Amino acid sequence: MAQFMGLAKTVLRNLFSKPVTTSYPAVPREYPERTRGHIEIQIEDCIFCGLCMRSCPPGAIQVNRGTGAWTINRFDCIQCGYCVEKCPKKCLSIVPGYTAPEEKKHTTSVVKPAAEGNAGQAAAAKAPVKAEADAKAE
Amino acid sequence: MAKRSIVPFGPQHPVLPEPIHLDLVLEDETVIEAVPSIGYVHRGLESLVTKKDFNEMVYVTERICGICSFMHGMGYCNALEKIMQVEVPRRADYLRTIWCEMSRLHSHLLWLGLLADAFGFEALFMQSWRLREKILDMFEISTGGRVIFSVNKVGGVLKDMPSDMLKSFVSILDDMEKELKETTTVFLNDFTVKSRLEGVGIITKDDAIRRGAVGPMMRASGIEVDMRKTGYAAYGDIDFEIITSTECDSLARCKVRIGEIFQSIGIIRQAAAKIPQGEISVPVKGNPDGEYFVRLEQPRGEAFYYVRANGTKFLDRMRVRTPTFANIPAMLQTLKGAQFADVPLLILTIDPCISCTER
Repeated sequence: MAQFMGLAKTVLRNLFSKPVTTSYPAVPREYPERTRGHIEIQIEDCIFCGLCMRSCPPGAIQVNRGTGAWTINRFDCIQCGYCVEKCPKKCLSIVPGYTAPEEKKHTTSVVKPAAEGNAGQAAAAKAPVKAEADAKAE
Repeated sequence: MAKRSIVPFGPQHPVLPEPIHLDLVLEDETVIEAVPSIGYVHRGLESLVTKKDFNEMVYVTERICGICSFMHGMGYCNALEKIMQVEVPRRADYLRTIWCEMSRLHSHLLWLGLLADAFGFEALFMQSWRLREKILDMFEISTGGRVIFSVNKVGGVLKDMPSDMLKSFVSILDDMEKELKETTTVFLNDFTVKSRLEGVGIITKDDAIRRGAVGPMMRASGIEVDMRKTGYAAYGDIDFEIITSTECDSLARCKVRIGEIFQSIGIIRQAAAKIPQGEISVPVKGNPDGEYFVRLEQPRGEAFYYVRANGTKFLDRMRVRTPTFANIPAMLQTLKGAQFADVPLLILTIDPCISCTER
């Protein structure tokens, strides 16, 4: 008899318990603290050494010392965290939360304010500027 | 004599999302011969060693496979650590062992689900995958990823598991063990399941040796070989027995994998109890020079990694031989004389990972 009743206990328990799945997206998913969602930068601390650019396995990061811009193509980023490990100033971090899907690939730039040491830069932006350009759409 | 006909199987087939093609030579409903062809998902990951430096390659090797990604990264790191004569901290070895066994758990549960799906037992498939989900959550909590973990580096690991995290994992596994017993009993005792698995796809001990089978495929034919017994990572300190079966059929392969699920839980428990305090990685200086060969026991069987370095940051050569590649000849042997309807099931019993095989 046991060989015919194998799953009966599990089936009965499942019948009287809540579903294991959640009603995503109505109930948003809570990510653990360590989830590698996307890369963020504290641009104020960045020294534009370019180590992240050189270490990135898919080559998703561009660092421009002249313009003070740190640019990432989030569509190419594989969230490996190697740039975070390499960063000498520890200004890069990998945080939970995935970036939203979009129709076209584009890059995201974070520009360091000129007042913070980029003396040659004329654009006197006070706060870090996030510029999104459709450039480099592959 | 019955008329011979050739039926193509794959590369697109409902039972297997991965592309493998077989030309099945049939005589009525019986398979006389199976001619395999692979090469549909070759990505050339091995040749990337000449373009990415040896540290970046860790993240590339992880992406060889979505199931044993941790062990691919670890095998590659082990080879480089031996070449560069880096002594990995003991705590890192233990952490690697725990993650390896978690990989084995989720891989075997995935396989049990797929097997249930292959013989048409949808409910059992859902139950197996429900249990597997808990392991994936544990991976996300400890490494930050559910499929690709990116915690290996040459010289150790990148993330530590605090003692409360380890304790919570062990208690999750304790609860899971009870549910696992219920689910796995169905695989072993259910009349319907037995009717599909028992006596199907027999590969004798001699055949398994001659055709170079590895992993559970080989252990189900009564051969006691397990690379974990070579004592890499922290396996040398851990007490476990190699699980074998002598029936040589599909049910035996299922039995061996179920045994290994419970064994993995035991190994994680032991490792969590014995894990020493200390560093989790050591800094690595310079470039590798030399060659090394690493053998690991992946969920699907023995994998090997060959790395040859030339003193620069780019390696000369990396070679990965994955367990599925070694198991294909044994699988073809099981197909000979099988019924046509059993073919998908028999392909599944080697736990094929074609993306691994083609890299």
